[in-house]
Amino acid sequence: MNGPGEPGVLLRVQDVTKSFGATQALRGVSFDVRRGEVHALLGENGAGKSTLLKVLAGVHAPDAGGMELLGQPYRPRGPAAARRVGVAMIHQELCLAPHLTVAENLHLGAERARWGVVRAGEQRRAARAVLARLGHGELDPDTRVETLPLALRQVVEIARAVAHAARVLILDEPTSSLGEADAARLFALLAELRSGGLGIVYVSHFLDEVRRIGDRCTVLRDGAVAGGGRLDDCDDDALVRLMVGRPLAAMFPRVPHGAGAPLVEIAGLGGRRAPLDLDLTLYAGEILGLAGLVGAGRSETLRCLFGLDPVRAGSARLAGGRPLARSPRASIAAGVGLLSEDRAGEGLALDLPVAANLTLSGLGRCARGGFLLPRAERAAAAGHGASLRIAMRSPDQPVRELSGGNQQKVAFARLLHQDARVLLLDEPTRGIDVATKAELYAKIGALAAAGRTVVLVSSYLPELLHVCDRIAVFRRGRMVEVRAAADWNEEDLVRVAAGGQR
Amino acid sequence: MSQERRGIARAGSWLRGAFAPFVGLFVVVALFTVYGWVAKPESQFLSAFRMALIAKQTAIVGVTALGATLVVLSGGIDLSVGSMLALCTVVLAQALAGGVDPLAALGLTLAVGAAAGAVNGLLVTRLRLVPFLATLGTMLLFRGLAEEIAAQQKIPAPAPAWLGGLLDPPAPGSAWLVCDGVWIVAALALVLAFVVRRTVFGRHVVAVGSNAATARLCGVPVARVQMVVYALGGLLVALGGVFEFANLSRQGNPMSGVGLELEAIAAVVLGGASLGGGRGSIVGAMAGALLMTTLRSGCVYAEVPDPLQKVLIGGILLAAIAVDRRRAGASP
Repeated sequence: MNGPGEPGVLLRVQDVTKSFGATQALRGVSFDVRRGEVHALLGENGAGKSTLLKVLAGVHAPDAGGMELLGQPYRPRGPAAARRVGVAMIHQELCLAPHLTVAENLHLGAERARWGVVRAGEQRRAARAVLARLGHGELDPDTRVETLPLALRQVVEIARAVAHAARVLILDEPTSSLGEADAARLFALLAELRSGGLGIVYVSHFLDEVRRIGDRCTVLRDGAVAGGGRLDDCDDDALVRLMVGRPLAAMFPRVPHGAGAPLVEIAGLGGRRAPLDLDLTLYAGEILGLAGLVGAGRSETLRCLFGLDPVRAGSARLAGGRPLARSPRASIAAGVGLLSEDRAGEGLALDLPVAANLTLSGLGRCARGGFLLPRAERAAAAGHGASLRIAMRSPDQPVRELSGGNQQKVAFARLLHQDARVLLLDEPTRGIDVATKAELYAKIGALAAAGRTVVLVSSYLPELLHVCDRIAVFRRGRMVEVRAAADWNEEDLVRVAAGGQR
Repeated sequence: MSQERRGIARAGSWLRGAFAPFVGLFVVVALFTVYGWVAKPESQFLSAFRMALIAKQTAIVGVTALGATLVVLSGGIDLSVGSMLALCTVVLAQALAGGVDPLAALGLTLAVGAAAGAVNGLLVTRLRLVPFLATLGTMLLFRGLAEEIAAQQKIPAPAPAWLGGLLDPPAPGSAWLVCDGVWIVAALALVLAFVVRRTVFGRHVVAVGSNAATARLCGVPVARVQMVVYALGGLLVALGGVFEFANLSRQGNPMSGVGLELEAIAAVVLGGASLGGGRGSIVGAMAGALLMTTLRSGCVYAEVPDPLQKVLIGGILLAAIAVDRRRAGASP
């Protein structure tokens, strides 16, 4: 055990555990951040990275274990308290007041004032000094933040942390929405801060990026530390194996099915940011998986295809010539259904009853001449409720009262009710328990066996590998590779998705 | 849970449910009746005369609240209904005064109302303005138009009994009890309650109001639904304008309907609607409108001075909304 003031260590985390309900997000995690280093945190989605960051930044208090900052016990009561002692987090969604100027944002909550009157000149001078130190002297402190591009807003947020004497900076996927040039500039800035003695915790999925900027790394898997060390000492293969090397749950019931005739032809399809120039054929009776990192354009591809997001180029049509990618209404009429990844915000009208949610995209099946047939509606809800084993009191119960897994089943049942031939499923098993996942996998397999086409977007690799027939990997908006699922393994998927070299 | 507590819980949910506005109505009527026994033995509160009067006074707010319920259910709001009513009523008066056939004048008035509502709908769906601001703008716009058409004067106009006498009391001893206008509103309320609960269009309105993103995902033509809702709201306001013309003894007053939007929205909210959309009841809104007119009528009966009357009604409205928020436990 190292005593206080151990040379170089800024922040030490010792055996931290954290549970949410029944799920244990962190189980005995230990690591440290030293002065003048960039420490990369790696891990798959759900490995516990975000939870660990939130514990560091004071958002969550650990259930057990301790943290030390500069040899002193560190128990922040919230993000503001953490910032006060010098631990600042730069979020993926930046936290700036868009209508205020750069200088005002830098001093937000710590205004320089006399008798309650802000001393604007002094704030401006201080802002200019900090920005110059960060190599962004060209940024005018009087610019309103909303007029700045994203990359510069990030700079403002980092400058705010530096201006408040941060010792440890936490960056969560800082390049996820930056272009190549801006990312390079960010790395230069981080290198500058590092040589100034800051400790930086850096989370990213991109291995090449981590190699460029990181000194040491810690790999998390299933909430525990799987390994780590100096980045120079581990190659990509070793890192990938550390990230994915979990024993596979024997959780994937397989219903025999085979691909049939082509059902959807996608030619040169392009959306606002993604997809880019997508050519793809979907076959009846096949389950196609879309793999990739968050933001790689998988969801956007589904949404474009369904007509929810605007199409900028190319086309998609059903075998037989019916065009897709026009509007959700047209897609539904053509036999396409989409399960949204945002269950609460988009997927379901939580305050409406189960029956109303379940039948909304196929109301015509429960109506005659524009008049609803309540009995047909309730029968549909009860029927799908029974076949998917949805735990509900009655079809009239508001969806909000159901558990997450049962809500998801309602959203899924909607596609069954509308009798979709092409099912576009965006993260269908996110946030639901293992038993419910297995039920959904079985149902998806049965749909394929019945000649339906399923497109499955998932960030859970075992799911893609075991449920799908083919898997396409997306990176930065483009589909970079398609293979039969049997020809993929987790290491390959991660490597291709992250763009790492073998 | 014990038998007794379950009983209380059931009574509680009944109190908070669809019957809440009726319970409020009952309480108000009971209060004034008791007050009458104690303080005014010479005239009871619930005379046939007063009931007919209350019904008549409810007709205009009620028909406006019908449209407002649809708009609020769809997640919108319409502040322009008062001005719209003035516009419609002067259009009717001007047309009749100009010698237009009464039936054609009625058709014209309804068309103007629907068009005015459609303007609101276009602002919300095409220009994507927030409904509150869009209708705040048209509130001024319609009022100005009404004043322009009427040259800032009241317009007296001849009208046949079927049109000008819509709010006249029925002949003494008639089986109809209340004026024709009230029966029209009641019939429309029944039809619209059915539309909301039992038609595809009604379901679409509720879905758009509850979660527009979900509605879009499920292929509901969101913009079209909103357009129809605002236009339908305008059509109902136009009917209110016809009632207003009749109520003012066949005159069109460009200053009619000031504050009507607030009364209509109050009725809708008292009827159990959420201004966030997706929740509301046509029948509840009618009870809400009736509750407000009864309160006002009761205050006159009890000789409550006008300023105190306003304080009282405002307070009751706030209390009702506060209770509602607690029950919903959700954002406004």
